[in-house]
Amino acid sequence: MHLTFLWTDIMVWLLVVSLVFWGWNLSKSHQVQQQWHEIFRSHVAMISVVVLLFYLFFALLDSLHFIRSGSSEMVSLLDWLFTHQTQVSERTYSAPFATVEYTQSLMVKDGISQQVYLPLKHVTGASILLQSLWALLLGGAISGALIVLHRHWRKREAHTSELPWRTAYITLSFLILLFTWLYWLSFDYHVLGTDKVGGDVFYQSLKSIRTGVLIGVLTTLVTLPLAIFLGVSAGFFRGWVDDLIQYIYTTLNSIPSVLLIAAAVLLMQVIMDAHPQWFSTTQERSDIRLLFLVLILGITSWTGLCRLLRAETLKLSQVEFVTAARAFGVSKMGIIRRHIIPNLMHIILISVVLDFSGLVLTEAVLSYVGVGVDPTMYSWGNMINQARLEMARDPMVWWSLFSAFIFMFVLVLSANLLSDRIQVVLDPRNKR
Amino acid sequence: MLGYIVRRIAYAIPILVGVNLITFMLFFMVNTPDDMARAQLGAKRVTPEMIEAWKIDKGYDKPLFINKEASGVGRITDTLFVQESLKLFRFDFGLSDANRNIAKDIKERMIPSLSIALPTFLIALITNISLALLLVLFRGSVLDTGMMMIAVMMMSISGLFYIIAGQVLFSKIWHWVPISGYASGWESIKFVILPILIGVLSGIGSGVRWYRSIFLEQMNQDYVRTARAKGLSEIRVMFVHVLKNGMLPILTGVVVVIPTLFMGSLIMESFFGIPGLGSYTIDAINAQDFAIVKAMVFLGSVLYIVGLILTDISYTLFDPRVKLGE
Repeated sequence: MHLTFLWTDIMVWLLVVSLVFWGWNLSKSHQVQQQWHEIFRSHVAMISVVVLLFYLFFALLDSLHFIRSGSSEMVSLLDWLFTHQTQVSERTYSAPFATVEYTQSLMVKDGISQQVYLPLKHVTGASILLQSLWALLLGGAISGALIVLHRHWRKREAHTSELPWRTAYITLSFLILLFTWLYWLSFDYHVLGTDKVGGDVFYQSLKSIRTGVLIGVLTTLVTLPLAIFLGVSAGFFRGWVDDLIQYIYTTLNSIPSVLLIAAAVLLMQVIMDAHPQWFSTTQERSDIRLLFLVLILGITSWTGLCRLLRAETLKLSQVEFVTAARAFGVSKMGIIRRHIIPNLMHIILISVVLDFSGLVLTEAVLSYVGVGVDPTMYSWGNMINQARLEMARDPMVWWSLFSAFIFMFVLVLSANLLSDRIQVVLDPRNKR
Repeated sequence: MLGYIVRRIAYAIPILVGVNLITFMLFFMVNTPDDMARAQLGAKRVTPEMIEAWKIDKGYDKPLFINKEASGVGRITDTLFVQESLKLFRFDFGLSDANRNIAKDIKERMIPSLSIALPTFLIALITNISLALLLVLFRGSVLDTGMMMIAVMMMSISGLFYIIAGQVLFSKIWHWVPISGYASGWESIKFVILPILIGVLSGIGSGVRWYRSIFLEQMNQDYVRTARAKGLSEIRVMFVHVLKNGMLPILTGVVVVIPTLFMGSLIMESFFGIPGLGSYTIDAINAQDFAIVKAMVFLGSVLYIVGLILTDISYTLFDPRVKLGE
């Protein structure tokens, strides 16, 4: 057994490491520490962050791929946890917790053909109540252990005592209990039903977390350098630099973004179809496609932030402390690094979190249009796209859609609530 | 004023050239005419002569940017890029891969698109602004916090959910309106009413939040305090002063959208089977019909730039301090 990395895996882990490093670096500043304290003093912000971290945890779990000895298939840690689900596949739809298939099929028994509901292969029919009890015990034990550990750590950091930790603990326990319950029962049932070809919906929804989070997070990796570099240059140097940069973003902005994305993705498809030898597995292929989608999304979405940063830099470069720094002979790069960028941080932070939720929603729309992630990849957009026609069936097959929407809704809602709180605390206009 | 508009239009030309350059790079450099010919003629047994013939037939036989064989200005003008751009500037979109006249298709499909986009836009504008004014009037109350909470939630729901839920509830369960389709004339009302309702509903969350923040900012201005000190009622302050002064930031965000209403909505139209420009584009994307996508990109850019110019003009109408062209 050995580890392997897809391109996106590498990027995610790099991002996580650099974020931790950056956060650790920042936490040395007293002012920043106070700001974050202020943010987390709100119960809503605390809940949102716990939920977001829970999603991130699954995204990371799914970004650790390895190849088992004796097989050539690449599986992630999450796939490994769900081996019991991936090995047995049902034939078709089944409702959550059902023991039989959703539709009748024709069976010939003793020479008489009749319509019967066939039993599901995976379902053991174990007592739900009993298994739930076990799951609750397990979930309680895990969350209890985590909370005790955290409380122990907290004793050393006395200044964090006024934060609403109790809310965080309750949220965390709730999430862990919910997950362990669903996971435990997934050994005996399809907890969220199965889709058209018999795939487990719970597993699909969890796999989609990685796609959603990755699109939201990696796109900002493309957006931020572009927006910061161009926005600050335009606002700080003015003159022809400003004209040129304004020209670039007006031009990009004037192209309808969905069409630009569609055109770029279509072309990439044409190129990829022409060179099948580039990719050895479908997984690699869809991974490259995801990376390309992230790149395109980044290129189309930096203009908004760039414009904001330009305007703010224009304002900032007139402020007294910048004029003073100029008079003292601080170099231009020095002024930008020490005085401009730190004062833009709140705009950047707010827009990153807000963009994240927007991008998660965009993914679903793009997949519907057919220019999103690879159709073989698990994503909420693909789930909705496949499940769309199921609503026309009678009786309705609602669970696929429902799961995708709930998973998406919770993620987007937490990101929106967090960005609201960050805005309230960091935006200087709110300090009156 | 007229001089200003002329200058703005002149300024729009380099932007459109830039747009053309981007689409050209996407469509011709990455996917060269040779590739296109091969794809169109079928992969098997394509001779170089057949490719040449196809390129001449479609007018793709010129070099991309610089024609070394021509002399003088012709070196630049007698190229694929300039010729293709000129065609677009004349709104001559040519034929689609299915040999349909794109310009004619676009003209026909604009009306169904508008019949959904325009009412959605107007109703959404009025509902969002009135709701936002109401919330600002009762700011800090339970109504305000409760509605804001609902707004965040509505904003976090995928637009696809509104459409699917709307279709299931109104068409499948209650049978109030047909699930999808379109008819011309007054018949169309029963087809467009659901898309309009859903369009308005899905935008309320973010819309109300945005207008509310604009009005709240105005509430903290000095003139509001003066107006209150004069003894004006809160309602009068809101509707006369705050609404009027909030108009400027609202215009920035709203006017630019108006021309792009012609483009229709991709998702809405394809879900509801409206034969508008949105579904036209989606069909083209699915059929990989690059000629149509290219035409729509150009049209969208032109409309966006028209929107920018209209925004500037609307400023002068609402704010006497703004004088254009100075």
